[in-house]
Amino acid sequence: MSTILVVTEILEGEIRSVSQQVYTAAVQLGRETGQTVTALMLGGGNLDALAETPGTYGVGKTVLVEDPKLERYSPDCYAAAIAQVAQAQDAGVVLMGASVTGKDLMARVAQVLDTSMAQDCVSFRVDGGTILFTRPLFAGKVLAEVKVTSTPVLATIRPKAYKAEEAPVATTVERAQVDLPEPLAVVEELLKSASKKLDVTEADIVVSGGRGLQGPEHWGVLEKLADVLGDGAGLGCSRPVSDDGWRPHDEHVGQTGKTVAPDLYIACGISGAIQHVAGIASSKFVVAINKDPEAPIFKVADYGIVGDLFEVVPALTEAIQDLKVGV
Amino acid sequence: MNIAVCIKQTPDTETRVKIADDGKWIVEDDIQWIINPYDESAVEQALLLTEEHGGEVTVISLGPERIEKSIREALAMGAHKAIRLDTGHMPIDSLATARALIPVLEAGGYDLIFMGQQAVDGDNAQVPQFIAQALKVPCVTAVEEFHLEDGKGWARRVLEGVHEKVGFSLPAVVGVNRRLVEPRYPSFRGIMQAKKKPIDVQPAALGAENLVIERLSYPPEKAAGKLFENGVDAVPEVVRLLREEAKVI
Repeated sequence: MSTILVVTEILEGEIRSVSQQVYTAAVQLGRETGQTVTALMLGGGNLDALAETPGTYGVGKTVLVEDPKLERYSPDCYAAAIAQVAQAQDAGVVLMGASVTGKDLMARVAQVLDTSMAQDCVSFRVDGGTILFTRPLFAGKVLAEVKVTSTPVLATIRPKAYKAEEAPVATTVERAQVDLPEPLAVVEELLKSASKKLDVTEADIVVSGGRGLQGPEHWGVLEKLADVLGDGAGLGCSRPVSDDGWRPHDEHVGQTGKTVAPDLYIACGISGAIQHVAGIASSKFVVAINKDPEAPIFKVADYGIVGDLFEVVPALTEAIQDLKVGV
Repeated sequence: MNIAVCIKQTPDTETRVKIADDGKWIVEDDIQWIINPYDESAVEQALLLTEEHGGEVTVISLGPERIEKSIREALAMGAHKAIRLDTGHMPIDSLATARALIPVLEAGGYDLIFMGQQAVDGDNAQVPQFIAQALKVPCVTAVEEFHLEDGKGWARRVLEGVHEKVGFSLPAVVGVNRRLVEPRYPSFRGIMQAKKKPIDVQPAALGAENLVIERLSYPPEKAAGKLFENGVDAVPEVVRLLREEAKVI
């Protein structure tokens, strides 16, 4: 019986949260297909400290590949290593989180293994032995159920589509040797983004601002709200805001920007252009605050407040703070 | 420099997409077609490079005759010539598309191959990587900054909360983010000149399609939300709902 191989994404010595989510997704998939789940970790060395983590999420086996060429991300070397391990482990399915790196890398793996892949999937089901993945098209205006008819089946899973669930099992740890090419593109430097907040694609709660903020100098209002919502909160913005340079491009949510799936999306002063609404369609709850009662954003909001955001957002911040300290 | 830019014609991002009766694709009548916005930035970057270093930009696109409108737009921006790989069918499987592009790109002997990191229709984000892997040349995707220095390529790619500075030799494939450069509008002169620029039409040799759409559906309709018209006075009630009904704070 073949295995479901999960490629773990490690950044600066830590397993990224999306990989933990994919462990859980893979365990669920394995239950339906009868396949085992194997976690794969790649790096320059010192992976032992992380090797047991997949077991926390129910993954019974970890394969470690340590090689100096894998110290930093090189799509060439990483793809070669993953393809070799996938073959050696008889992987029927290879999954990875649909982060920027996951999307880049898995397409390379697909080419090496001469198979097709489903990118950025939000769910899957098994029907008569075939895995049907659901993936948004047109930034989420339409959902497509797709299947991969070549083997192994490759897919990336959108961050936050699955919740990481602890289900501890004992983990066997294996080491694999791989034959790596010379890297063609080399990461020479890692630069931290200016913001200390979580990326919009990874945040549980996104506080997002549009033109209604009237200028970049007013973003403190949103930052304060994000602060009281805790470490799981991140900042987003609409396209006009990033086009005008009020906010960094990383925060742009919508078609041609980022597509998000937080538990809570708070849209402040965002009218709700079709491209923006598509980008937030996977959010579990949407709160919209806008002066204009006719703003299209209210059509997709679970809770809409018609009012001046410069009054409403600070009041919201204060009320949530009171709630958190138990006033 | 000899630069290729692969572009895709996609529906305008304003489009309200309608699912076709067979449930396998969308209704393509009445669609306003545009150059994929990511690819537009790729065209712009290529033009900036040839303006600085000399050389030619070849636009390559795959699809039926209707895509020539988008090809002409890229030519009007300033690209020198174009190749259209003729097929009535635009595959959803990026590998099938890439297989058709690879021999053409190989034959062209390009120093740089630019394209969008993804297209706004399928958001597959795979074609640049497939091409680079097949041509055995470096590939950088999610590129928001690009420059050449002593014949070497440099790109800044943007990850979640982290940026990577990547160095690579040429030839190379670069998958660009829309944020790389703002594309120019074609000038009147550019539009007139574009009419005379050659489009070489070749049959597209698509690869096998192993990613198959079973069914399209609309996202589940959201239940009508609660709208509060009393501004700041609504805050206590919304906070209560967020805690007790939504359970998200």
